[in-house]
Amino acid sequence: MTGYLPVVIYLVLIVGFGVVSLLAARILRPSRPYPAKLDSYECGAETIGEAWVQFPVGFYLVALIFIVFDALAVFLFPWALSLRDFGLWAVGTMTIFLSILSLGWLYAYREGILEWK
Amino acid sequence: MTDAVDAFVAGFIVLSAVVGVVTYVTLLERKFAARMQSRIGPYRVGPHGLLQPIADALKLLMKEDIVPRLADRVVYNLAPIVFLIPGMLIFATIPFAPGLGVADLNIGILFFLAVSAMEIVGLFMAGWGSNNKYALLSAMRAVNQIISYDLPFIFTALVPVLLAGSLRLSDIATAQAGLWFVFYPVIGQLAFAAFIITTLAAENRVPFDILEAESELVAGFRVEYSGMKFALIQLGEYAHMVGTSFLGALLFLGAWAGPGPAWLGPVWFLLKAMGVFLLVTWVRWSFVRIRVDQILAISWKLLLPLSLLLLMATALVVVLRSGPGV
Repeated sequence: MTGYLPVVIYLVLIVGFGVVSLLAARILRPSRPYPAKLDSYECGAETIGEAWVQFPVGFYLVALIFIVFDALAVFLFPWALSLRDFGLWAVGTMTIFLSILSLGWLYAYREGILEWK
Repeated sequence: MTDAVDAFVAGFIVLSAVVGVVTYVTLLERKFAARMQSRIGPYRVGPHGLLQPIADALKLLMKEDIVPRLADRVVYNLAPIVFLIPGMLIFATIPFAPGLGVADLNIGILFFLAVSAMEIVGLFMAGWGSNNKYALLSAMRAVNQIISYDLPFIFTALVPVLLAGSLRLSDIATAQAGLWFVFYPVIGQLAFAAFIITTLAAENRVPFDILEAESELVAGFRVEYSGMKFALIQLGEYAHMVGTSFLGALLFLGAWAGPGPAWLGPVWFLLKAMGVFLLVTWVRWSFVRIRVDQILAISWKLLLPLSLLLLMATALVVVLRSGPGV
């Protein structure tokens, strides 16, 4: 894990920048709230009910296919690195792996999951 | 201990540079957009409006900060910082010249892609925490779109990795000393075009800006934010955009390669990144918004299979040119 110390320090600096600028704004800015100002924004009319609703199921379907191919992406990184060492054998193996995965993609296509309804 | 001090100094310089560049990129975009529409753009503050970004930043610092009564206060207040972190952190692995950067990790591009995708967490926190219907709709659309375009984005970013044979960003840059990858026959141009399209989608720019479609969702997930929190969200978004432009310039346009002495390298890199940024801006001001089902269809039915095919074709070319291995 050597070499990550600068990244951690940089991360701390970013958080520090965000917090300090928010604190500076807190000192500098006026604060005169009144009820109408604190209403949720919605076309001038009062909001009916909460915004926290159930998600349409289409979002879950997209997320499920995403996970399949995201797992594939994880395998692609080491494969890309060792490609020159293993040559055609690596290309062949990845082609077989991809063909199996693309069956899943074809199934999703035919079932109409890729259509947004 | 000196390592830590060095890292602190490097981190501080990079962070200040990024904040400075990102602040002025807003002016660049406004000027560019104005010229495209035969307007002048910001002109009043300073000569040619050059002090406009500073005036904007000061104004946002002094503005009252309103937290809606119905909002989930913890999530709402944390979201701007969570959103800012990935936008800034992606600059950590970018080498601005040989050996000049925060950290040249051996998995640089993996780090970049992973951190860049984290943007969605802060975005959804902002949308959910606001407890506003516009904001939540926008956040839902954003998640949907970003996870759809993340895959083609990763696959096209892997094409230069295959050509260079390394995940380290400085190695990818030096591998282009002879030939920029965008000029690599056929593969380079296709990958660059796909990269620009997925970049547009990942940054939620027109024609993929359904999450902040002004006519339907006002300002999208940031509709309830004001003052410095709004400024941090804008900063994070533009930093993400500039960072991705730097990545595009590094992966395809040879990073710091250019005529002149070596110290001009970072200047060339910045110019190329701004070129990519202006390309994206040009598209933004030229096209109309497309529908959500069209956006998803382009990604899942077209870009995903095509970018995978392109990746495999690149692998075949690389292997055949370097000679069969084991």
